[in-house]
Amino acid sequence: MAKELWKGNEALAEAALRAGAEAYFGYPITPQTELLEHMSRRMPKLGLTFLQAESELASINMVYGAATVGARAMTSSSSPGISLMQEGLSYIAASEVPAVVVDIMRGGPGLGNIQPSQGDYFQMVKTAGHGDYHAIVLAPSTIQEAIDLIYDSFELAFKYRTIVTILADGSLGQMMEPVEMPEFKEWPEERPGWALTGAKGREPHTISSLYLGAENLEKLNLRLQKKLAEIKANEVRYETLMTDDAEFLIVAFGTVGRIAQSAVRQARENGVKVGLFRPITLWPFAEEELMAMTRRVRGVLVAEMNAGQMFEDVKAIAQGRIPVQFTGRMGGTIPLPDDILPALDTLIDSVRSRNGNKPEPTRAREVSA
Amino acid sequence: MEKSIIFSGFGGQGALFAGQLLTYAALDAGKHVTWIPSYGPEMRGGTAHCTVVVGDEPIGSPLVRNPDMVVAMNLPSADKYEPIVKENGLLVVNGSLVKRPIHRYDIDAIVIPANDIAQDYGNIRLANVVMLGALLAATELLPLEVVEQALEDHLPERHKRLLPANKAALHEGAQFARTMLPTEDGFRARAEKK
Repeated sequence: MAKELWKGNEALAEAALRAGAEAYFGYPITPQTELLEHMSRRMPKLGLTFLQAESELASINMVYGAATVGARAMTSSSSPGISLMQEGLSYIAASEVPAVVVDIMRGGPGLGNIQPSQGDYFQMVKTAGHGDYHAIVLAPSTIQEAIDLIYDSFELAFKYRTIVTILADGSLGQMMEPVEMPEFKEWPEERPGWALTGAKGREPHTISSLYLGAENLEKLNLRLQKKLAEIKANEVRYETLMTDDAEFLIVAFGTVGRIAQSAVRQARENGVKVGLFRPITLWPFAEEELMAMTRRVRGVLVAEMNAGQMFEDVKAIAQGRIPVQFTGRMGGTIPLPDDILPALDTLIDSVRSRNGNKPEPTRAREVSA
Repeated sequence: MEKSIIFSGFGGQGALFAGQLLTYAALDAGKHVTWIPSYGPEMRGGTAHCTVVVGDEPIGSPLVRNPDMVVAMNLPSADKYEPIVKENGLLVVNGSLVKRPIHRYDIDAIVIPANDIAQDYGNIRLANVVMLGALLAATELLPLEVVEQALEDHLPERHKRLLPANKAALHEGAQFARTMLPTEDGFRARAEKK
């Protein structure tokens, strides 16, 4: 199929439709509104449900309701709107129904601004609502990847009866790139066995997030944890660039992940052996793969469009064996290669001075460890 | 090869569309390309810009601090972007609206009376295409014909009647840039003299 030029938000919407979305509920907010607009144009023509709700609270609860009958339901918003959805997300998680949520992040905290940011990492990766659970969080760095990820999202959501989040930022939503749009997916007519499809001739199903009694609720939690372990074992995605001989590693996701590619190429031209590790699933995080890599390199630089949120995860994975430093911009400012390269130099300097007069201590120590 | 271009002008001058046109043409030519607009609480009459990155390899950063080329359609754009054009880069300025001399001597500059040329073709709104023509003539970004085809394929339906005028404006812009085309003095000397 020939490549076409698509804007990120519209590409996400169209790819969601081709992935099988049947119902969309949302409320406009910049910088993701084009996603909602595309749905409003397309879905009525396709005989699907588009509904602009009165608020983000309403939209996420409409998603919840549609999901209980086994419909492929989704919503999209941007940071402040996603904050409003936290309660509903937690109910959906506890009820174990599938849902797809797109968060096109903008600058925060508060109403902040409408420029790009990655400030929702904690909010979306750590739980997305109260309680012990995680959504599957997919972080595209190009529009093609956004399409490919959302194209898989309903299958993942239904396979695990979980929330799947596409976590991208305003710049990916607003930019245009040549992409290939996939074909419409075929889904079976039949709804999953757990869905509320009318109880004629069978025992009624109950879908609820209310579990009175500690024993019952702990059982649910244990089941959720088991499911999370399964997702962790099966669904980790990441990408590496020039890591084979790397002495230093940049870890970055989403838009910063692609910007860091430019930084890596420029640093390589200057003879610095640096590679890139780009997590695609932020949850489950590629812990083992990154840990293995931190055993081979001498220092890690984490680059983000926030104050250092994924940074905490990378530090935990490196377990203090090597220096892990951070560079980032906030408030809607995008870190460019010119920001990342000086931070890389600082890292290299600190590794060298740390190793001081010892000839090749870092590697030797880690190999023997 | 990877080149970054910023198109900038008043809202309504068509800077964003000129960038999109180049992006479509790059796509048709089989290049990797990104287009990213300035977006924000923009004001009517305020300045809008977009960044286009064209390359033979997948594009990493869609944004740059120092662009290889800038197309500045008005004075605020020229003031904002002239200082950040990459050394030995190219600045294409709308001389109809920018009456000041070019300050930098370490970049090439084309001062083209884009509004006046556009007016000659009956529509001041063709100024964006005139400037794109000049940019293409002065660089090896893409052949003019590819952009011409992109115009044919991607000019919004409601503007299709303007296709011949758009094509003519594109060529006129290119022709103007060619008349300035360098001898060993390059555009630089030209900018200096203005």
